[in-house]
Formats: sequence, structure tokens, C-alpha cells
Amino acid sequence: MATIAEFFKIDGDRVAECIHEAHMQLDTARDQTTLDFSSVLRISPKDLRAMEELLERADNQSVKVVLCGVNVDIYKVLKLVKLTPRFSFASNGTSSSEAHQEETGHAEATE
Amino acid sequence: MVTAEVVPQQVRIPLATESLSAERIAYLDGLLQQARHAAAVFTQYTQEDVDRIVKPMVVAGLEQAQYLARLAVEETRLGVMEDKALKNMVATEFVYNYVKDKRTVGAIREFPERGLVEVAEPIGIILSLTPITNPTSTVLFKCIMAIKTRNAAIFSPHPNAWHCCHEAVRIMYETALKHGAPEGVFTCLESHGLQDNAYLMRHKDVALIDATGGPGVVKAAYSSGKPALGVGPGNTPVYLEKTADLNMAVVDIITSKTFDNGTICASEQTVVMDDEIYDLALKKFAELGAHICNEKETRVLERTVIDPETGFMQPVAVGQNATDIARMVGIPVKPNTKLLIAPIQGVGREHPLSAEKLFPVLAVYRAKSVDEALKVCVNVNHAGGIGHTAVVFSRNDDVIRKFGEVINAGRIIVNSPGSIGAFGGVYNDMVPTFSFGCGTGGGNSTMDNVNVYHYLNIKRVARRTQAHMWFRVPNQIYFNMNAVENLRRLESTSTIIITNPAMEHMGHVDIVRRHIPARTLVHVSVIPDAEPEVTVIQQGVEALHFYKADQIIALGGGSVIDAAKIMKLKYESPDADLEELAAPFMDIRKRVVEYPTTKVNRARLVAISTTSGTGSEVTPFAVLTDKLAGRKVTLADYSLTPDVAIVDPQFVMSMPKVLTADTGIDCLTHALEAAVSIYASPYTDSNAMQAIRLVFKYLPIAYQHPHDEEARSMMHNAACIAAIAFSNAAVGVNHALAHAFGARFHVAHGRANALMLPHVIAFNASVPTKFMPSPNQRGYIAHKKYATIADLLSLGGSTIDEKVKKLIAATEKLLDQVAIPHSIAELGISREAFEQAMPDLARFAFDDPSWRSNPRMPLVTELVQLFWSAYEGWGVGSSTHKHSA
Repeated sequence: MATIAEFFKIDGDRVAECIHEAHMQLDTARDQTTLDFSSVLRISPKDLRAMEELLERADNQSVKVVLCGVNVDIYKVLKLVKLTPRFSFASNGTSSSEAHQEETGHAEATE
Repeated sequence: MVTAEVVPQQVRIPLATESLSAERIAYLDGLLQQARHAAAVFTQYTQEDVDRIVKPMVVAGLEQAQYLARLAVEETRLGVMEDKALKNMVATEFVYNYVKDKRTVGAIREFPERGLVEVAEPIGIILSLTPITNPTSTVLFKCIMAIKTRNAAIFSPHPNAWHCCHEAVRIMYETALKHGAPEGVFTCLESHGLQDNAYLMRHKDVALIDATGGPGVVKAAYSSGKPALGVGPGNTPVYLEKTADLNMAVVDIITSKTFDNGTICASEQTVVMDDEIYDLALKKFAELGAHICNEKETRVLERTVIDPETGFMQPVAVGQNATDIARMVGIPVKPNTKLLIAPIQGVGREHPLSAEKLFPVLAVYRAKSVDEALKVCVNVNHAGGIGHTAVVFSRNDDVIRKFGEVINAGRIIVNSPGSIGAFGGVYNDMVPTFSFGCGTGGGNSTMDNVNVYHYLNIKRVARRTQAHMWFRVPNQIYFNMNAVENLRRLESTSTIIITNPAMEHMGHVDIVRRHIPARTLVHVSVIPDAEPEVTVIQQGVEALHFYKADQIIALGGGSVIDAAKIMKLKYESPDADLEELAAPFMDIRKRVVEYPTTKVNRARLVAISTTSGTGSEVTPFAVLTDKLAGRKVTLADYSLTPDVAIVDPQFVMSMPKVLTADTGIDCLTHALEAAVSIYASPYTDSNAMQAIRLVFKYLPIAYQHPHDEEARSMMHNAACIAAIAFSNAAVGVNHALAHAFGARFHVAHGRANALMLPHVIAFNASVPTKFMPSPNQRGYIAHKKYATIADLLSLGGSTIDEKVKKLIAATEKLLDQVAIPHSIAELGISREAFEQAMPDLARFAFDDPSWRSNPRMPLVTELVQLFWSAYEGWGVGSSTHKHSA
């Protein structure tokens, strides 16, 4: 079955803003949104709030949110605030090819 | 947790979230959500990040010390502004000095020699209840602790100190935020309801409750089911002993008891003074501004400042100054009186002023002796102050030591003020704190001055370490034909030869005597040829004493040499208790019972073995039979190892064939078990492998041609070499089985070993049902060791499995060559008798310590299976995995 996906590269210096942009562009036409965290070293409470808001909207629109390139420190933060079950996680390998596509605009991948 | 106190309007914490509105719950959940995010985000911070935040917080606290102190006094109407300012400074500056270089993030301590690293893990959300008596200083302290340890804190101040605490939290939070702390790291309840604490204490997201307050708050914290830090009240006894520096002591007590009007729970409550200095001390107190109450005034104080119903202090007096209290109760005092001193005659409810008094009223007691003084101090300590604080002024170290022993207090302050001394870092080198742990006596989980380490979960990363190994052998081993001549080298004034009748009959004793230097006095002690008994040992020791022996020569088999080892032990250390020394142990390096090291006599033990099997001439073991008790006592310690071993084949040339076979296979079993033991090492392997090679080559020859000197010599060496291996690597399950079977059916030890041997090789070579814990081995290697042995013997085979099979086949062939039966059944033991004995066999085999060094841990069912395999005896070589299912 084809999956329509959207891809966002998250800037490590403006995590909440990037997540907010992804939030604004959540589209019911797509099954999945992927956020590439490979450039993010650390997150803040503000970023967590943005992620929770994104998840809430994604749930309402039945869009799966995939995080890729999440480092283990951030993964532990998400674990502590019990957000890990609400995300899907992809490996760095997956994210790197998609990240390249993201630089020229939001990639649309069919798997 | 800090200041256990009895506060005005004691706070009762409801047991449930009774009448908490939905809005209030939403508000509290919001606080928790913020704190949860902050605590989670905080886990990403480094030590440098944290330290960058803490320092400006400390500076902010110092800058606002006076402001916060003023707020606290205005709001609570307790204490002294100047003193509260000092407390705020101690809570920041002194605490910072303690924590600034402490690692609280990541690896905080490393012990490379032990392979241990301690790693800090934050706790998460801490619910922090703060008191009315030390409100702002406690908040400052807890904020610094929380940031230093990467925790989030929700503050719930005492209702009557809410404003000043809220302001202290605000100052700390804004400073922390400005320097990078996560948003929401501190929150403070806006307004306050009793139900709020109940809800928060039970909330799943709160990880720790740090409760500083009255007994109600502390009890509620401990009752919540959450991990909690909370202390009980104090009641500080002071012993002012006659050798004390009186001028210093009086000033210190006044300083401490009047500090912040006595609100610190560690402050002095009852001073017990020696009779010799009592009057002088009171005079000095009076000179420095204390009012000494007369009997009538004391009665008035008892009735007014202590609640007659509860026996606790009256809240109205807490934190008030002495002059105001005197005015309140109607005692005329001079202006600026610092302290009211009330003489008491005892401790307890009948003497109300012996209770805790968080205001400047001090009880004093005149003691007629040190003994009486200490007992009164113990009474005060147990009248509400267990685990908290106590003070002693003395120049007598014995008195100070005794006081420290009999008083149960986390802080025993010597020659310094109690309240300020207990804080730590000012008058002593204790850890600075505003939280006094009172130990189990105070219902606390700690007796420490609470510090950053109580705000951390400390993880231990433990690397695999290897047990220290050793390789011990006798100092001298002489071997080859006529090695006995080396006795000439051994100086001795008085020598006793321990031997058995057969040795004497065969002329071996004469051979030995011939080689002892002529000037040596020689006595021969002949003992029965059986495992040594207690009476035999006693007689031997008496002979050693009688002849003042400095050398013992043991000439015989294992039994004679064992007897000589025990005689030597008892001769050198007469108080050695053999029963006690025979206590079981799992690891000889960690054994509970240690052998004596002090010796009243000294004698060299020379062991000359006349069999080629046990190797007792080089082992640290000895077996004693206690016929009266009907049991055997096995002794094991390297101090039992003979000093000199003589391995001279001339003494084994006439060994009968059966004995040659049985002892030869015993030797092979020692070597095979040492080779696969969990304590095997390259040192023991070299000996075990060589012994195996020698046995396979020379045992058949020695058996078939008893007069073959080379074969006899090599088998004699093999027995010694194998014994060196198993002395340091131990034996295994084969010996456990053989001990149980041999004892039950009266089968010689070597033969019993032989019947089990092929089955045990197959057992150990297969995949274990249970592995034996062994830090010294990387993975299961027994089968590989057997394969190595097969290669050493050039048995062929291309895989490990094939090589093991060939080793088993070769072992069976060797057993055939020396006429060892292939099965227990062949010994004439009926199946019924064997079956009937099986429960005992399995039980005794499992109780036998030998298998504890076996590479594979045997289940009892597996021991039973091994016994039955040995009973049947056939076809073992066909499958090495036969027993592993």
C-alpha cells in the first residue's frame, strides 16, 4: 500500500519554530509526517510543548508522526515525558536520504 | 526535611484529596506538567551547564539575604532578622563552597582499581515542603541542591511563611532561568490548601518528597508511599563537663540558643553540668545576660511555655526573644535579657522544661558524677531527640568518646554551639545543610546532613573483575630415585617420623633414618594405616611437645601425611579449634574462618609419599575422622601444605597392582578436573596437562611392569604434579560423586573416581543446563579444554565434538588396561540396592563442596543421571551430549 509522506528537517537552533511549521502544514492528504532531528542536540520545555501540540493535531487527522535522527539524550527526554509511544522512530540511515530531498523543498516519498 | 519543629498552628495533611475542586486539580496538574518537562529536559545538561547556573543563584541569594530575612520575620513574626540573614548566607555561600567542586552529573566518582564508576541520575520532580522557622534559608538551600542535581522542584511553603518563600523561589528561579535552567524548573504553589499537599504527595509524577516542617508534615510525607526525606523533632542534650573551657562553653551555648531566638531544632535544650562547675557556670551565664530562674519562676515557665496536656512547647513562645517570653509569663527580668535558664531535677513529662523548646529558654541540671550526667543526657536524647543533635563540652577525650557512644544523634557537636555547629561548615567540617537526617530513631531514612547526594540516584557501573588468583606450592620439592637423600640438607635438632606399621615393616623407615643428619634426635611415631582419628592426633601432638620437635617427617600415603599436617597445626597453634576450622566456605579467598597465624612452636613438615595418587605431599588439605562424633572433618588451608615434599619412587616400587591402578586413576581425575575447573589458570593448566600426558603414557606400563623404574618414577611425579594443579584449581563433580558413592558402598576413592570419570567428561563437555558463575572465564570452555587434552594425547579428531569423544574412548581404554570395571554394576552392587541408596547418594553428592569449582553446575536430577550412567557403564563414548537433554 502506498504511503504519502511529508518530511521536515528540524533546525537545532529553532526546534519549536520548525515543529510549529510542520504543525501548520499537517495535511490530511498525507499519511505520515517525518521530522528529521539529526541536527538537534538538545530540546527545551518549549520544544516539548510544540511536539505535544503537533501530536494532538496529528492524532486528530490520523497522521503518523515519525522522528528520525533522534539522539539518545533527546530520546530519553521523550521517554521521561511519556511521548515515545506516540511517535514512530526511524533510523539515521533512512533520514539521511530524505534529508537531502528536504533541502529542495518538502519531499513527497512513496514507499 | 530540615528543621523538625513544633510550629504554631501545626499543619495536618489530609489523607486523601478530599474536597479538591476540578479547577484546583487542573492547576496542580499544570504545575506538574511544567515540572515534568523541566526535569526531563534537565537530563540533557552537562556538569558545566549546571555549574554555570548554580553560581549566579548563590550570588543572588547572598545579595538578597537581608531582604528575604526581613520578609520572613515580618511575615512569620518569629526569630531575629539579623540571624535569618546569616542563615540565608550560610544556605548559599557555605553550601556553595561544599558543592561547587562536586560532580553531580554523569560519572561522579571513579574507582578504577575496583572497576567501578558511580553515575548520577537525577530524581525528577521533588515536592519540597518548607517550614515556618527557617523559611527562606531552606528555600535557598533546596533550590541550589535541585539545580546542582538537575531536578525540578515544586515548593509548598508553610501557609504562614508563604509570601517570603514565594519571593525566595522567584529570585532563585529568575536567576536560574536567566543562566540557562529549563523553564518550569521551580514552581511554588499559589495560595495554599491542605489538600494540595495530599494530592501532590500521591501524584505519580512526584519522585521524592523533601518535607521540612512539623511532625504532621513529616508523618504525612512518610505515609504517602513515596520516597521521602523528612525528619522528626530534636531535643538536644548538652553535657558541660568539669574539664571544659567554661568561658568558651557559656558563650557558645548562649550564641547558639539565642540564634534566631532558638528556632533551629539543633539548638541546646537541656544543659547537664558537673556539680564542680555548676555554680560557676550559672554565674557566668548570668554575667553574660542570662536570667537564672528561681524555683517559683521555673514553675511558672513550666506551666506557661509547655502545653500541660501534650507536653510540647506552646506555639506562642516559638521564636520569641527571652525578654518578651518573660514579660508574657510574668517573670521580671533585666532589659535585654538573652536567655531564661531554668534548673530542673529530672527528665520527662514530670519535668516539662526537659522537652524541646524552640525559644530562648534553657533547662539546666546539676549532676553529681560523669555517670549521672551521661544518663541524664541519654534521657533527654530519648525524650524526643533521638537521632538529631547533641553537644558536649569537655577536654577529656574519654568523656567525649563515651558521650559519642551512648548518645544516639546524627550530629554530636564537640566544644562548639549546637545549632550553628549542626549546620556544618562553620564550626566543623560536617557537610553544610539545612536538613538534619535523624536516622531510624527519628523515623528517617538517613542520619546524614542532607546534601546533594540525597537528591541523586547514584548508579554503579561495575566492570567485570577477576578474582585474585594464586599458585602455591611447597617451598622445596625433591624428586627422582633416592630423592630422600636430600633429608641431609635439612637441619634439625629433634625430628619425629610419623608413619604406619607397613612402612616400618618394609624397611622404609630405616631408609629415611639413614639420611637424617647424625646429630639429630629422631623419634618414630607409628600410627594406624587409616584416616587419622582425633585421639591419634592428640598422641602425636603430645609426642611433638615431649621431644620439642622442630621437624616432622610424614612417611606414608595420604592418611599418614594428613595426620602429620594436623599434628603440626595443633603443635604450632594449640588453641586451633579443628571443628571451627572445618567450617564450610565457598571461596577460599573470602572464607569466614581464618587459620591461626601466631605460632607458639615451629616445626618443618617434610612429606614423603609412598603412593602415587593423592599427592598429599603438596596439597593444602587434610581429612580427620572423629569417631566419637561419627563424622569426617575436612581441613583446607594453604598453611597445611608441607614445607618440603620428597617424591622418591623407591617408596612406590612395591605398590600392589590394584593400588597402582586406583591411585593412578585418582591422579588422572585430579588432573582432568583441575584442567576444566572454573579456577583453572595457565599455571594450573601446565601442571594438569603434563600430569594427564604422563598418566596416559606410564600408568599402563607401571601397572603391567611394576618394577619399571621409569614408569613408577613418572607416575609418582604425575601424582605430585596433578596435586599441584588441583591444590590451586580444585576438583569437580567427579569427586563429589565419588565421595558419596565411595562412602556409601565402601569403594576405594580412586576406584570410585574411575567409575564416574568417562561420564563426567561427557557431562562437562555438553551444553550445561546451568552454567557455573565464574568471573575468571570468558564463556564456556570445558569442551574446548577436553579437546586440547585430546590433541595433547594425539588422539585425532577434527572437531571439538570428535576430540571429546576420542578422549572419552581413550579414558575407557585406559580403565580397561588397568582392569577397572566399566560399571558400578560390575562391582556386584544390585540395581535395587543402588536405587534404594540413590536419594542419599544424590543428597550427599550435592552437599559435597567439590563440585563448586566444576565448570557445569549439576542439578540434583543430573547427579542422579550421572550415578545411573556410571551404574550402567556402557556406550558413553558414543555421544558427548547424552546427558545434556
